[in-house]
Amino acid sequence: MAKQGKIRVLIAKPGLDGHDRGAKVVARALRDAGMEVIYSGIRQTPEMIVEAAVQEDVDVVGLSILSGAHLELLPLVTKGLKKKGRGDALVIAGGIIPEDDVPALQQAGVKAVFGPGAPTKDIIDFIKKESAK
Amino acid sequence: MTSKTKQEWRENCLAPVVKRSPERQNKFETTSDIELDTVYTSEDLTGFDYLEDSGYPGEYPFTRGVQPNMYRGRIWTMRQYAGFGSAEETNQRYRYLLQEGQSGLSVAFDLPTQIGYDSDHPLARGEVGKVGVAVNSLQDMEIIFDGISLDRISTSMTINATCAPILAMYIAVAKKQGLALDKLDGTTQNDILKEYIARGTYIFPPKPSIRLIADTAAYCSKYLPRWNYINIAGYHIREAGATATQEIGFTLADAIEYVKAIVDTGLDVDSFAPRISFIFQTHNNFFEEIAKLRALRRLWAKIMKERFGAKNPRSWMFRTHIQTGGVTLTSQQPMNNIARATVQALAAVLGGIQSLAVSCYDEGHCIPTEESVRQSLRLQQILAYESGVTDVVDPLGGSYYIEWLTDELEKRGAEYIAKIDSLGGAAAAIEQGYQQKEIQESSYRYQKEIESGQRIVVGINKFISPSPKITLLRVGPEVEINQKNKLAKLKKNRDNTKVNQTLKRLENVAQNNDNTMPAFLECVEAYATLGEMCDVLRNVFSTQREFLVV
Repeated sequence: MAKQGKIRVLIAKPGLDGHDRGAKVVARALRDAGMEVIYSGIRQTPEMIVEAAVQEDVDVVGLSILSGAHLELLPLVTKGLKKKGRGDALVIAGGIIPEDDVPALQQAGVKAVFGPGAPTKDIIDFIKKESAK
Repeated sequence: MTSKTKQEWRENCLAPVVKRSPERQNKFETTSDIELDTVYTSEDLTGFDYLEDSGYPGEYPFTRGVQPNMYRGRIWTMRQYAGFGSAEETNQRYRYLLQEGQSGLSVAFDLPTQIGYDSDHPLARGEVGKVGVAVNSLQDMEIIFDGISLDRISTSMTINATCAPILAMYIAVAKKQGLALDKLDGTTQNDILKEYIARGTYIFPPKPSIRLIADTAAYCSKYLPRWNYINIAGYHIREAGATATQEIGFTLADAIEYVKAIVDTGLDVDSFAPRISFIFQTHNNFFEEIAKLRALRRLWAKIMKERFGAKNPRSWMFRTHIQTGGVTLTSQQPMNNIARATVQALAAVLGGIQSLAVSCYDEGHCIPTEESVRQSLRLQQILAYESGVTDVVDPLGGSYYIEWLTDELEKRGAEYIAKIDSLGGAAAAIEQGYQQKEIQESSYRYQKEIESGQRIVVGINKFISPSPKITLLRVGPEVEINQKNKLAKLKKNRDNTKVNQTLKRLENVAQNNDNTMPAFLECVEAYATLGEMCDVLRNVFSTQREFLVV
């Protein structure tokens, strides 16, 4: 995925929960780190997120979810991206996601899960490292 | 030689000490950027008038409490927030909590229910029963309260956009239990403005949403005199990142908007104001939180008396529930959260609250288990029955620091209200994104303070140790499948002609200006689903898109 120019990121909130504090903080932090960030707003279906990722031609999709529906919804995003030929996009997640669920999400193509308390610096470093590959 | 004034003391006694060994920080501040002095004395309270600013408990302006004897009479209501999965599981949890000594119920609904989608709606996918119980129809509500007599408990329901139809279901259950409606005791959150600001479960635009709130106010004032039909929330505003002063200002500005709207329908302020209640948060800064609750009581009393001309003392009373701060919990070293919750719960009690929920230690991972909820309840019981803090009213009143801080928070909260007034009121300010932007600034700054190490969070940026594994509560996919089956069966077996008639009447009522509550009750009793009722309203009222700001 190594490419020139600014890293383009879509921060999205799949599902119905309105807890957007984390998503907005991460969006701001990535922007301050020099990335181009699009924030989807709340209540996005997996289909809407895939559509936005394709349209905006992003390098990274960050999914924030606190409702407990991550095992159902996140794999639908990664599957949808692959179907649209964007399986190369880096998909990461954050929110209230129990550790035990992380392997299943990774198997589905979510590259990393940043739980509560994760410093934004870790997220920035991870994205930069992956983007340089 | 002893100092005669604070200035003298500062120069002669304090300065040499600080010069020898500098203090831990250059300046000390509360979470709301209120800079703190080393010590507070009577010199900081010039102009403080006991009778005017404090008064006696149970009397205007209620700074010291809304009851004259507070917890000497009755301990606060212990009400843990619960509900998950199916109606049957939720019913079991409630019976358990009542048996363990809880005095009130607090219903958590799943997100589809909060946004008016039945469990079989495509948008409900993956969400059914996850953060609360799924309620599609009266049938689910009957199961939730099976074997629990509604005249023996008080029930709080965290429901906003769909409050009116959900309240109608509760009323229908009471009627089926053969109870008179004036026996019903409880609270519905019913606060839509903070959904646009912070929590996200709105459906319709502000105007029709506020009309539904006014409908419930009028209906309850007439038929459910003991029901707190609105529970105006600072909690979620704080969770989203607001400071304590923003929490005060934004929440009371929302409250002002509701009172204005209900008065505009022609109701006398004293006919509905006594049943207005609040829910706030207690965060980590102990004294700021105590002062916040005292400031809120004084400010609300003044607003109701001076701004709205309320004459009934009950209209002046700020009565509140507290939930300790979910956002202060860490998923790392989860047992540390019990210590945080204790500090916050103690602040709530010293702040003179009416009911309390203590966030559970495992909430950084999942919704609470039976064990963690019991622990939170025991924490409350220890405070109530072992600590002695309940024996004297407002024990910190008169502390130079607390009184000074109470004044400061009141003043700064009032400044936010004035700012929102100047933008045209809470709803207009939301449409301009004002509160949302302010909260985002605060939350981003808070995060940066943690990451720079300026703000210490134990287990996050200091004193880190491995986290033990804890047992988590899981809601499996079978809940969604069962719920869908139950719904399909219901739709087949009910009298669908009657359902359509009642939905048609709801549509008519929504289109003109009649009170919607009787129409909701008819729909509910015909077993129309929540999704069906909300679809009717979505057509009439239209839906609100997010006031997007980032």
